[in-house]
Amino acid sequence: MGRYVARRLLQMIPVFIGTTLIIFLMVHILPGDPIRAMWGDKAADPAQVASLRHEFGLDQPLWKQYIDYMGNLFQGDFGKTFGGREVIDEMSESFPVTLRLTAVAMIIEIIVGIGLGAWAGLRAGKAADTGVLIFTLIVISIPVFVLGFLARFVLADQLGWVAPNVQDSTDYAQLFLPGFVLAMLSMAYVARLTRTTFAENLRADYMRTAMAKGLPRRRIIGVHLLRNSLIPVVTFLGTDVGGFIGGAVVTEGIFNVQGVGNLLFKALQQREGSTIVGVVTVFVLVILVINLLVDLLYAVLDPRIRYA
Amino acid sequence: MPDATKTQTEAVVDAIAAPSAADGHKEQGKPRSLWGDAWFDLRHRPMFWISSILLLLLLVIAAFPGLFTGADPRNGDLTNHFLTKPDLGHFFQADWFGYDGQGRSIYARVIYGTRASILVGVGVTAAVTLVGGLLGMLAGYFGGWLDSVISRITDIFFGIPFLLGAMVVLNAFTDRKVYVVILALAFLGWTSICRVMRASVITAKQADYVTAARALGAGTPRILFRHVLPNALAPTIVVATIALGGYISAEATLSFLGLGLADPTISWGIDIAEGSQAIRDNPHALLFPAGMLSLTVFAFIMLGDAVRDALDPKLR
Amino acid sequence: MTIMDKTADIPAPRAGGSNDAPLLEVRDLHVEFHTRDGVAKAVNGVNYSVDSGETLAVLGESGSGKSVTAQAIMGILDMPPGKIPQGQILYRGQDMLTMSYEERRKIRGQKIAMIFQDALSSLNPVLSVGYQLGEMFRVHQGLSKKQAKAKAIELMDRVKIPAAAQRVGDYPHQFSGGMRQRIMIAMAMALEPDLIIADEPTTALDVTVQAQVMDLLKELQTEFNMGLILITHDLGVVADVADKIAVMYAGRIVETAPVHELYKRPAHPYTRGLLDSIPRLDQKGQELYAIKGLPPNLLKIPAGCAFNPRCPKAEDICRTEIPVLVPVSEQDGSELPGRGSACHFWKETIHG
Repeated sequence: MGRYVARRLLQMIPVFIGTTLIIFLMVHILPGDPIRAMWGDKAADPAQVASLRHEFGLDQPLWKQYIDYMGNLFQGDFGKTFGGREVIDEMSESFPVTLRLTAVAMIIEIIVGIGLGAWAGLRAGKAADTGVLIFTLIVISIPVFVLGFLARFVLADQLGWVAPNVQDSTDYAQLFLPGFVLAMLSMAYVARLTRTTFAENLRADYMRTAMAKGLPRRRIIGVHLLRNSLIPVVTFLGTDVGGFIGGAVVTEGIFNVQGVGNLLFKALQQREGSTIVGVVTVFVLVILVINLLVDLLYAVLDPRIRYA
Repeated sequence: MPDATKTQTEAVVDAIAAPSAADGHKEQGKPRSLWGDAWFDLRHRPMFWISSILLLLLLVIAAFPGLFTGADPRNGDLTNHFLTKPDLGHFFQADWFGYDGQGRSIYARVIYGTRASILVGVGVTAAVTLVGGLLGMLAGYFGGWLDSVISRITDIFFGIPFLLGAMVVLNAFTDRKVYVVILALAFLGWTSICRVMRASVITAKQADYVTAARALGAGTPRILFRHVLPNALAPTIVVATIALGGYISAEATLSFLGLGLADPTISWGIDIAEGSQAIRDNPHALLFPAGMLSLTVFAFIMLGDAVRDALDPKLR
Repeated sequence: MTIMDKTADIPAPRAGGSNDAPLLEVRDLHVEFHTRDGVAKAVNGVNYSVDSGETLAVLGESGSGKSVTAQAIMGILDMPPGKIPQGQILYRGQDMLTMSYEERRKIRGQKIAMIFQDALSSLNPVLSVGYQLGEMFRVHQGLSKKQAKAKAIELMDRVKIPAAAQRVGDYPHQFSGGMRQRIMIAMAMALEPDLIIADEPTTALDVTVQAQVMDLLKELQTEFNMGLILITHDLGVVADVADKIAVMYAGRIVETAPVHELYKRPAHPYTRGLLDSIPRLDQKGQELYAIKGLPPNLLKIPAGCAFNPRCPKAEDICRTEIPVLVPVSEQDGSELPGRGSACHFWKETIHG
C-alpha cells in the first residue's frame, strides 16, 4: 500500500506540471495586453506600461515566466494581483467560503442522491422507479444557471422564503439554497448510479443467501446490499469534484457568494493571470489528491482490490 | 432474484427474441447482431421515439429558422416593444413569447438561437469522438510506449475541470465564433472518449475471435477495423451521445457567463443572461430561452439514455 | 460443547417430532413465473417429504423445477414474478405458506438452512467470512460481536478449515473453492437446523474436493440427525449419500424410489435415459446414449406426458393424458415400498 501511494504521488508530478503548463499558456498567450487594458480607452504612458510589465514579469519569455512562477509556487508565493494584493491572501479568504458551500452541496448530494437512488432501485421497474428516472432526466437537462435563477426567482423573489443573496457565508442556513442548486446535477447522477447498482446487486447470489439466513429485511438491505452498492457511488463522488468546481463559479455568481468561483470569475474578466493560474493550480491539486484518496478508499470498501 | 428463476425467464426471453431478431438481420456475426438487437430494442422504447421526433424538429429549426418565424431576431424596437409581456395566443407570431429588454422578439431569438446550440453540441461531439476515439484506439491496440504517451497526455487533460478549463481557454479569445467554442470544448473534452475507447479496444483485442483472425493471417488494419473496432464502438457511442447534451449545456453556461459565444451570434445562454437582469418583473425574458435550452438538452440526454439501454442492457 | 447446549432451548424435539407429521412435507406445490411472454409453469404439483436423519435426493435437468421447489420451501422465491397458486409446504405439520413474514424468517436459517451451488457468488464479497458466519448468532441468538466471532471460529474448526482463528477475518475470495463451500456448509449448520437443503453443493468443485465436501455434509448430518434435501443432476453423488430419490421433469415428480432400487430397475423411461447416459467402463467403444431432444419450454409444456416428444416409448395416450404418479409393484402384485412412477407404461419399463 505504501509503495502504491508513493508511486501514485510520483505519477502526479508530471500530470501536475502538464496541467498547470496548459493553464499557464492559455492565460498568457492572450492576444490582448492586460496591462494596457488597465488604462481602458485612455492613452497609456509607455514607460509606465513597461515598468508594470517588468514588475509582473510579463517582459520575460513565456517559458521563463512559467519556471519562475512554479519556483515561486513551491515557496508558497502565488504572485500578486494587479491591485497589489498577494494572490494567496485573496485565496485564503475565498477558499473557506467555497469549501463550506461545496460541503453543503456534497451532503445534500449524498443524502438525497443515494436516498432517491436506493428508493428507486428497490422498486426497479415500478412507477416509483420510473418517476425517479424521469425526475433525474429533467434535472440533468436543466443547466445549473437556469436552475439557480429559477430557484432564486421562486424561493427568494416570489415566495420570500430565503434571502436572494448570501450575506454571511458562515451561516449554513444561507448556504443551503446555493448548495442545493450546486448539488442538483451531481445528485441526479448519484441517484441514477445508486439505482442501477442497487437494482443489479439485488439480483446477486449473496442477497439470496442473506435471505436464506433468515436475516431481517433491514439488515439484508442495510448491510449486505448497501456495502456492495456504495462502492461505485463513492468512486463517482470522487471524480465529480471537478464538476462541482465548475458549478461553483456559476452558483456563486447567481447567489453572490464571495468564494473562489467569484474570485476566479472576476480575475477572468480582468485577465489577471496570476489569480487565474493560482486558483486553477490549487483546484488541480485538490482534484489529484481527492482522486488518490478515492482510489485508496475503494480498496478499503472492496477487499478484492489490492494495490501492490 | 433466484438463479433458477433468472435462467428460466432468460431462456424463455431468448427463445422468443432470437427468431424475430434473426428475421430482420439475415447476416450473422457478432457486430451485426449487437446492432440488430439494439435497434430492435430501441424501436420498442417510447423514450427513443419522443427524443427522436424532438431532435428532428430541432434540427429542422436549426437548419431553416426562417420557416418558423418571419420576425427579425436582431433588430429590436425599444420604443414599442421594450420588455413586452408574451401573448400566448399568438402562435408563431413575433410577440408569442413577448419582447426582450432590447425590444427584440423572444420567439424569433429562441428559434434562431437553436442553430448555435445544435452546431456546438454536434460539432464538439464529432470532434471529440474523432480525436478521442482515434487516440484511444491507437493507445489500446498498440499499447507499449504509444499507450504510455497517450495515457499521460489524457491524464493531464483529465486533470483540468471541464467547465473551468473552458472558461480559461475561451477567455484567451476575443472573437468567439461558434467554431472557436467548438474547438475549445473539444480541446478539453476528448479525454473521456479516449479512455472509454482505449478500455474497450483492450477488451476487444483480447477476445478469442481476434486471436482466431490473427491465427488465420489477418493483417493489422483488417483486425483493427473489421474485428476490434465494431466491437469496441458501442460504449464510445453511448458516452458520446450522453455527452452531447452536456456540451450544449456547457456552451449555454459559458455564453451566460460572457465567456462563450458573443453578440452577433444568437445564443440562448446570452439571452438567459440578459433576461436574468429583468427576472423580477419580466421572467418571460429568461423563461423562454431557458425552457428551449432545457428541452434541447433533455432531448439529447433522453436519446443517450435510450441508446445506452439498448446497447448495454446491463447498465440500465 | 456450546453448540450442543443450545439444543435444549429449541422447543420442538428433534427426532420423531411431537406429532406424527414428517419434518417437512410438500403437498401439491405449484410455482409459476409471470413474464412478459407468458406464464412459465416451473413446478406443477410436487409432493415429497423428508424425515429427520433422512436424505432425499431430488434429481433432474436444469429447468426441471428442482431448485425452484427448494426456493419455495426456503421462501426465497422472487415474488413477483414468481407465484405459488396452490399447494402446501408443511414444516412439522404447519403450513409455511400461510405464515407471516416474521414467522417464516425465524424458521429460515434457524430450522431450515440452505447451501448454494456457487459459494463464491453466494458469499458476500465485501464482508469477512467471520462476519458472515457470526451474523447467524447475532441475528438469531442476540450474541455480541465478540461472542459471535468466537462462535464463527468454532464453526470453521468444525468444518475442518485449517487455522480457523487466523482466517476468520479473511474474505471469501481469499479461500479455495472447497474451503468456500465448507464455509457455506458451516453457515448452514451454524444454528443446527432440522433440515438442510443443499442445491448442487458440489457441482462447482473439483472432483477430488467433491467427495470431501459430501463426506463432511454426511458426517454433520448424522451427528445432528438432520433431514437433508440434496438437489443434483449428478447420479454419482446421489448413490452414496441419499436414502430415497425423486426424479423431476418439467415441474413434476416422474419417479420416486429408494436409492438402490432406482439404479437397478428404473420405472420411468426418463430415469432409464438418465442412467443409460452415464458413461460406463464395461461399454467402452460403444456410442454413448443420450436422451434426444431438448428440455421442454416451460411456457408451452407439451400436452399429455411432458416427456412424450423425447420418449422412445411414447404412444398416443402419452400425447393426450397426463400420467399420475402411481405406486409401482412387482409382477406378482406385491408392493414395492416407496416406489412410484408417472408413466402410462411403467409396467413395461420396469419389468420389460
